Amino acid sequence: MQDSLQTDVISKIDMRKSTGGQKVVDKTQRFIQIVGVAFTGLLSILCILPFVLIISASFSSERSIVLQGFSIIPKELSLDAYNLIFNNPEQILGSYALTISMTVIGTLVGLFIISMTGYALQRPDFPLRNIISFYIYFTTLFSGGLIPFYMMVTQTLKLKDNYLAVLLPLLMSPWLIILMKNFLKSIPHSITESATIDGAGDFYIFIKIILPTAKPALATVGLFLALTYWNEWYNAMLFLSSNVKYRPLQLFLYNTINEARYIRDSAAASNIPAVDIPMESMKMATAVVATGPIIFVYPFVQKYFIQGITVGAVKG
Amino acid sequence: MKGRIAEVFKKINKKRTLLFMCVPAIVFFFIFSYLPMPGAWLAFVRFNYRDGIFGSEFVGLENFRFLALSGQLWTLTRNTVLYNLAFIVTGNILQITVAILFNEMVGKKLNIYKKFSQSVMFLPYFISAVVIGVFAYNLLNVQTGFINSLLKQLDANTINFYSIPELWPIIIVLAYLWQSTGYGSIVYFAAIMGIDAEMMEASEIDGANAFQRIRYILLPCLKPTFIILLLFALGGIMKGNFGLFYNLTGANNMALFEKTDIIETFVFRSLNVNFNFSMGSAVGLFQSLFGFVLVMTVNTIVKKIEPEYSLF
Repeated sequence: MQDSLQTDVISKIDMRKSTGGQKVVDKTQRFIQIVGVAFTGLLSILCILPFVLIISASFSSERSIVLQGFSIIPKELSLDAYNLIFNNPEQILGSYALTISMTVIGTLVGLFIISMTGYALQRPDFPLRNIISFYIYFTTLFSGGLIPFYMMVTQTLKLKDNYLAVLLPLLMSPWLIILMKNFLKSIPHSITESATIDGAGDFYIFIKIILPTAKPALATVGLFLALTYWNEWYNAMLFLSSNVKYRPLQLFLYNTINEARYIRDSAAASNIPAVDIPMESMKMATAVVATGPIIFVYPFVQKYFIQGITVGAVKG
Repeated sequence: MKGRIAEVFKKINKKRTLLFMCVPAIVFFFIFSYLPMPGAWLAFVRFNYRDGIFGSEFVGLENFRFLALSGQLWTLTRNTVLYNLAFIVTGNILQITVAILFNEMVGKKLNIYKKFSQSVMFLPYFISAVVIGVFAYNLLNVQTGFINSLLKQLDANTINFYSIPELWPIIIVLAYLWQSTGYGSIVYFAAIMGIDAEMMEASEIDGANAFQRIRYILLPCLKPTFIILLLFALGGIMKGNFGLFYNLTGANNMALFEKTDIIETFVFRSLNVNFNFSMGSAVGLFQSLFGFVLVMTVNTIVKKIEPEYSLF
């Protein structure tokens, strides 16, 4: 019932878009529009300001930052920070490669398991669907806590300093399974039924019929997963010590910001004397490099996230 | 009875492929969620590495007693709950306002503006907690921070944000609003779009102006969405956003703990800084149990008001 309601909402959004709301605008609405543009305009500027500040800082000379602080427009242009990063690119390229591989592998594997589970759990003729749904949902209600989880991963699974400790725990979440389940519910059950009559098995139906029809759902859930992997730093911080050669991008950034020695090490590798290290601009340039890809793909993937939020907002 | 059980098994057996399809997820949650649960026993022992979780000396509720008497449990709970309340109140007001303002923007030019502005406001949702920490550092640090360099230009005194705990409730709430307003307003915007268009048109024919339309139609129609989101937010009021608090304050910044330490950051420190596993687990278990009771209560209430929206 609720899901039909949600799809209904989405179709209404599309309908309104197409009619474009050609209403007569009266005086009070005009007033609200003016206030609205001013207010949301101000919020938009505030949302974008930090991005502008770090980009500007990353292109500023260290001297101008130390003397005059961070500014919206660079006071003195300089590429020192980027030169230093890409002079000795082993660490950052290693981090990039690691993060990209984890994002790709984690998203593909996770998406496959999530959609398989989501499909089974929304089948009205699957007798265990409620029990398994609750089994999964219960993990959001009660947990052993961080420390037992940590000991489980490091002592029982022995995954300390292993990239699997970062990859595995993020493969799926109850929220994503519920979201997928809600999406797949909108595919009529009669499709499954008629394929069954034709003699197709459940797994075959899932692979050959459901997956191809559920592309928007796969894109949405897949992108949520990919974003989680790209922004992951928490498990990496918990489970990867300095014995590991490469760190995921966000942890690399975290170390650059919080531990000055990381910058000194990379400057030493480029034979730059300690006094000339562009400390501040390096921090900002690393943040730009770690965030850049998200900003580039953002315009293309936005709508899938909006879809996910509107379908999954209330439940989960 | 036996016949019924056999029948159930027969039914399941007929759908065993579907069961197999769930196995990877079942194993996943078993390993990462269920298997660590008995580890909560840590909260009742004085942990030492040599003897392990179940071999360490049992101390009953001693850890909880210590946390309660030292006042830490109270401070952590207070901070976690108050921050969440502040997030819920300010967040919802701002999100609903923005959604309503966007909804009033009709016409070609305004539609283009609306799309652009919505995109810009949604962008912070995609940024990692670490990068938010960088933003905060850029704005707030005392030597080179953007705000302080503006203050210097105005010949005003600089502010050392990272050593004044009193400022942080405001900073953290602002950072939360920065990241969540775009996201949250999408939910409300979708709810507005779901309102029956005929009702809106009827009100216009009856001569209602935009204010009246918002006051008497839009807001009442948003009430169910608001109440549901509110109740679930209340159910999660014991849970904190570790990444935001940890990175924003500059990783284990002791000077600010009084106002910024929440349950998650405390548990993390007992794992990574003080190695006091038992204390950390005690706080974690307290949070988990309290949170469980809250969600159950909230769910019972939701079931009474609007059974369709209840979680289970």
